[in-house]
Amino acid sequence: MARHVVARTSEIPAGGNKVVTVGGREIVVFHINGEFFALLNRCPHEGAPLAKAACVALLQSDEPGHYKRSRVGELLRCAWHGWEFDVRTGQSYFDPERTRVRAYPVAVEPGETLAKGPYVAETFPVSVEESYVLIEV
Amino acid sequence: MADVLDRSDTRLDASTAARTRLKVIDCDIHPSLAARSDLYPFMSKRWQAHMETYGPHLRTPFTSTTPYPRSAPLLSRRDSWPPTGGPPGSDVAFMREQHLDPLDIEFGILQVLDLLIPSQQNQELGAALQTAINEWQVECWSRPEPRLKASVVVSQDNAEAAIAEIERCAATGNYVQINISPRANEPLGRRRYWPIYEAAQASGLPMGIHVGGYGGHAPTGSGWPSYYNEEHHSNAHSVAAQLTSLVIEGVPERFPKLKFVFIEGGFGWVPATTWRMDKHWQRFRDEVPHVKRPPSEYVREHFWFTTQPIEEPDNARHLRAVIDWIGADRLLFSSDYPHWDFDDPRFAFKTPLSDTERAMIFNGNARAFYKFG
Repeated sequence: MARHVVARTSEIPAGGNKVVTVGGREIVVFHINGEFFALLNRCPHEGAPLAKAACVALLQSDEPGHYKRSRVGELLRCAWHGWEFDVRTGQSYFDPERTRVRAYPVAVEPGETLAKGPYVAETFPVSVEESYVLIEV
Repeated sequence: MADVLDRSDTRLDASTAARTRLKVIDCDIHPSLAARSDLYPFMSKRWQAHMETYGPHLRTPFTSTTPYPRSAPLLSRRDSWPPTGGPPGSDVAFMREQHLDPLDIEFGILQVLDLLIPSQQNQELGAALQTAINEWQVECWSRPEPRLKASVVVSQDNAEAAIAEIERCAATGNYVQINISPRANEPLGRRRYWPIYEAAQASGLPMGIHVGGYGGHAPTGSGWPSYYNEEHHSNAHSVAAQLTSLVIEGVPERFPKLKFVFIEGGFGWVPATTWRMDKHWQRFRDEVPHVKRPPSEYVREHFWFTTQPIEEPDNARHLRAVIDWIGADRLLFSSDYPHWDFDDPRFAFKTPLSDTERAMIFNGNARAFYKFG
């Protein structure tokens, strides 16, 4: 496992995402409600790019006629068949044990820290004034 | 599922793919009008003015959406909106780039749903629209992209105009099938539709029956459902009802050379439906003496089914049995591009198939059905 600097925090707007390639894997980094999340950019069902997913809320119901809406923006709804995944864990909502997307640990670090190392990005210019998204792959 | 999850590199190498992968015939691709006025070059001034003043209408409410709003904008994959700005399926270059080239589509069969022309309530307008949409398919899709094959869409409740259109189109050699809607005003086996079947048989073109359309009836036998979740099932059971109607009314008996393909109705229900038809026929055969043989024999000889939306049992091997019961020779691969329930030919079939069966389902069956050389 290695940590990779993949984006400036300022370049992924809230509700947006960035697709990066790390170690031959296409990974999508989401910015949701001030937090960043990274998952393999591929739905395990038929391979749709999760970067095109809608970021929706978790909608649950204890009984017909009542509903609870929570975790706004934290469920990815695949662009093709609508399979839902928890952006924090990659688990699918309908089959969390067996069907999941690979999720990668994410950290945000100030450029000042990165410039000192040990996580100096070799292919990504780091400026001390900015903060950066790192993923562990 | 695990084998799919564990693939570390799933990127498609187009050059390798072109050499090694089976070319696919995709029997369900939806082109879209960017605007209704795209049809005006193929319509008389009289009908252009009518479209501007009154517009089209069906026997159900709404002219620009469906009574059951779908799960995604314009019922399409969220990644299928062309960069040029039109709706999904409206840009031939983008369709080529996103679908035809990377998935190695050898031929794609166009299924036009715009304006639900088979169900148009104003039959003169329906006649004008059917000709326009059929010309538009050839001029705007088949000519710039010869892999895309046009279908003769007909306004099915106006048999006279439908026959004229079938004869006109068949003579051009530019079309591969005739489209009618399964959501008809009457069951498709009824005599009112027989002139269309007669013209189809004479033309040598098969009938392609794609789900959808609004004939004015509730989508289920128990009325209007509450949710899209429920209504979506009508794709399967309305087609099952039409298969029963066609066979029991005697259409394949009367038109022995006519072939049908049901498009997007699924196929998991086919074995149980044919078993039941045979059982009833054994017991009540003298009610329908024109049905001379067990219904399953007509189904085996006259009917084909496209694969999308692929049936997805919990145990993928169970699909294997269903395919055996129907016959791998009766299934035609379809993607439904660009709609939300699109099937990717690389990943849709999770049940084991032999190389021969793959070649049949993804290419050979459609090649024979549509008479591609």
